[in-house]
Amino acid sequence: MTQKNDLTSVTAGARSRSSRLSGKVRAALTELGFSAFAITLALVISALLMITLGYDVGLAYQSMFRGAFGSLRGVSQTLLRATPLLFTGFAVAIAFRAGLFNIGAEGQLYWGALACALVALTVEGLPKTIAVALPLLAAGLAGFLWGAVPGILKARTGAHEVITSIMLNSIAIFATTHITSRYFMAPGAVDQTERIVAAAVMPQIIPGTGLTAGIFLGIAMAALVAWFFGHTALGYDFQAVGRNVDAAEYGGVSSKRIQVLAMGFGGMMAGVAGGIVVLSLLNRFVANFSPGYGFTGIAVAVLGRGNPWGVVLAALLFGALDSGGMSMQLFARIPSDLTIVVQGLVIILVAAPAALRAMVRWRKPNKVEPVDVA
Amino acid sequence: MRAVELHDITKRFGTLAANKAVHLTVERGEVHSLLGENGAGKTTLMKILFGLYQADSGSIRVNERPVAIRRPDDAITLGIGMVHQHFMLVPRLTVTENVIAGSEVARHGFLDMATAVEDIAKLAERYRLRVAPRARVENISVGQQQRVEILKALYRKADLLILDEPTAVLTPQETDDLFEIIRRLKGDGKTVIFITHKLRETMAISDRVTVLRDGAVVDTLYTAETGPAELARRMVGRDVLLRVERPPSEIGKPLLEVCDLSVASRYGTAVESVSFAVHAGEILGIAGVEGNGQLELEEAILGLRKTPSGTIKVRSLELGSGPDARRSVGMAHIPSDRLRRGVVPDFSVAWNLILGSQWRRPFSRRGALLRNEIADYARRVVSQYGIRCESIEAPVGSLSGGNQQKLVVARELSRDPDVVIACQPTRGVDVGAIEYIHNQLLAMRAAGKAVLLISAELDEVRALSDRILVMYEGKIVAERKSDAGESELGLLMAGHRAEAG
Repeated sequence: MTQKNDLTSVTAGARSRSSRLSGKVRAALTELGFSAFAITLALVISALLMITLGYDVGLAYQSMFRGAFGSLRGVSQTLLRATPLLFTGFAVAIAFRAGLFNIGAEGQLYWGALACALVALTVEGLPKTIAVALPLLAAGLAGFLWGAVPGILKARTGAHEVITSIMLNSIAIFATTHITSRYFMAPGAVDQTERIVAAAVMPQIIPGTGLTAGIFLGIAMAALVAWFFGHTALGYDFQAVGRNVDAAEYGGVSSKRIQVLAMGFGGMMAGVAGGIVVLSLLNRFVANFSPGYGFTGIAVAVLGRGNPWGVVLAALLFGALDSGGMSMQLFARIPSDLTIVVQGLVIILVAAPAALRAMVRWRKPNKVEPVDVA
Repeated sequence: MRAVELHDITKRFGTLAANKAVHLTVERGEVHSLLGENGAGKTTLMKILFGLYQADSGSIRVNERPVAIRRPDDAITLGIGMVHQHFMLVPRLTVTENVIAGSEVARHGFLDMATAVEDIAKLAERYRLRVAPRARVENISVGQQQRVEILKALYRKADLLILDEPTAVLTPQETDDLFEIIRRLKGDGKTVIFITHKLRETMAISDRVTVLRDGAVVDTLYTAETGPAELARRMVGRDVLLRVERPPSEIGKPLLEVCDLSVASRYGTAVESVSFAVHAGEILGIAGVEGNGQLELEEAILGLRKTPSGTIKVRSLELGSGPDARRSVGMAHIPSDRLRRGVVPDFSVAWNLILGSQWRRPFSRRGALLRNEIADYARRVVSQYGIRCESIEAPVGSLSGGNQQKLVVARELSRDPDVVIACQPTRGVDVGAIEYIHNQLLAMRAAGKAVLLISAELDEVRALSDRILVMYEGKIVAERKSDAGESELGLLMAGHRAEAG
């Protein structure tokens, strides 16, 4: 009897493992399908917009595609633009898993960039690896500290992290500008530091394109984040707090500690994003340098559904839209504003999955989610 | 005359058939129980009748005429009212405002509140639905809120009332009041469909009973011609022991000692200098109407609430702070609010089974989760405790209530604890699982563990406990032996002073 039971449970286990895999794959494909549908729809709507405004849609999308993927230079532009978005995407996604909205990636990015540049000014004579790693560590640490502030405020006083992290963005942008112009200003009219030492500059993978190993760091980070959430007790605690804070507390998790850590880890990612921009693109800290990497990170995290690999895909898409938009402007004479419109449409359509699902259900009536069978 | 005929109703959710070719006939003027375990399809069937779900196939006749019910509006027009398990009331609004919401009376375009209050007072008087029309819903008791829901249905001229597990939230006295109300409704010619999984209530109130199991009708019986044992057998599909055996046990040293414990809440003192001890081999029951400090006591013992005064000792050792310190000294805890505290519904079965042990061996080492060990453990526990789930990777939210509770019990008891704090351990759980959970608690007692049972179910406390404490307004007002009478305990729970001696 016992033996038979064991046998059935073993086969049941094996069966469940295979069905689980296909179930997960199916779920991922469905998500991907919805995102692809949203992107297509956004492109169609943009096309209609271009037609009404009298632009040549064929030429526009052709040059957009070429700009993003059509050449080595295009591809590297896409990857280059995706790199900081990867990290700011993680910055938002990590906090999101713990049930927090990190709207402060922009400010965390600035502190990371400044800390990185200041350390990178001093690493003269060190071996390349260390000369690059030290500034990046400084960037991560600065981002962590700044990011942890809204977490501490929430844990101590209950202040909502959305409000505090938004406010801290402005403080970070102005404070880094002030510090730069007051203490570290390079000669000239621009609020910027001196050039960082040559050893700290991240080498370009393909010379002349500006693309550095930062993109690989980003992909390695995605693997690390995925491992953290699937395979560590701390990652478990993060998600327990995010999904059911009362049960997490009951399970011995201090939700306040997790709130501080989650915002800190998020901040660390944004800080590293700033550091990579400094080490690979700017080679110095420049006041007000960010075109909104931190805010786009929110869109990237939403589009990626908070999943690290989803964030990678979303960042690549946004990088492609960016570099494609450039060439669209150049060759089809379409204002870059329209790229922003396309990006906005993608976000709206993806962020409103309920609306999309409703449209799909519309064609297949009577399919109700199994919510309340009991 | 037939009030309702459901013919061949089938309803699927994905691959799960919630209702399979169900036939149900309800006569006008009868109280008809719909009896079945959680997940048997009772609520689904009634939601179809009320227009919240659409059946995949089958037909409905109301008052012997075929009808199509697409929305609750259609049902209301046909004179059908439903009181849901979770009330649909606006806490900030008054009783009257809640009752009339959606069918307001207006005169010259202005709300005629005076008439509404008068109408509702009349209705309430007629059916003994005692409730103050101008009171805010947030300030009235759960039992009164239920009366507001019934008033809502009657105000919309319902002839047929569907009550979904109406007694789940009521005290014994409030249940008696509800049954009185149901009898008055019946006397007035109304039809009542009473969804429940409780045998005693089925026997007490209904004329006929339809038993559902796994989405299909097992039988429809006259209550007068059947009994609890037969109903339980049809409901579960096998013989069920309705009363568990409680053999004598060896009472040992005190394992859990609570001394002079007070607990504060937002509204003042929730628990006032409570002292008791639970010994090895003993089940100590704390009976009481919900909201008399049990939740605060539970959370204080578990270390989730600050205690201004008092001590809690396990094996004569004072406890550190937080739930983790409790687990380290061998305390297990079945929380009263399963979905709030007990499980993370989005997490898998396996991950829920390690909640509280995620940092401990054998489930993790230096902070890294050992996934093979977790999976092996989860598979073993799932088969050992008979938790029915698609796989150990299925989200716990997809399990039935009874299986979720089994999971919590399995997780806590498989840690081999010395002290078990079991709070409302069988709430929202079906008969088969109740028997199972009771036997598990008795097994802990037989193994020389100390079990503290906090429950609002008087039957449960009486069946399991060696001693019973009655809690009222944050204080222990009486201690009784397990053979204390139901009515005496009921009165103590309601705040009547214990007689001298």
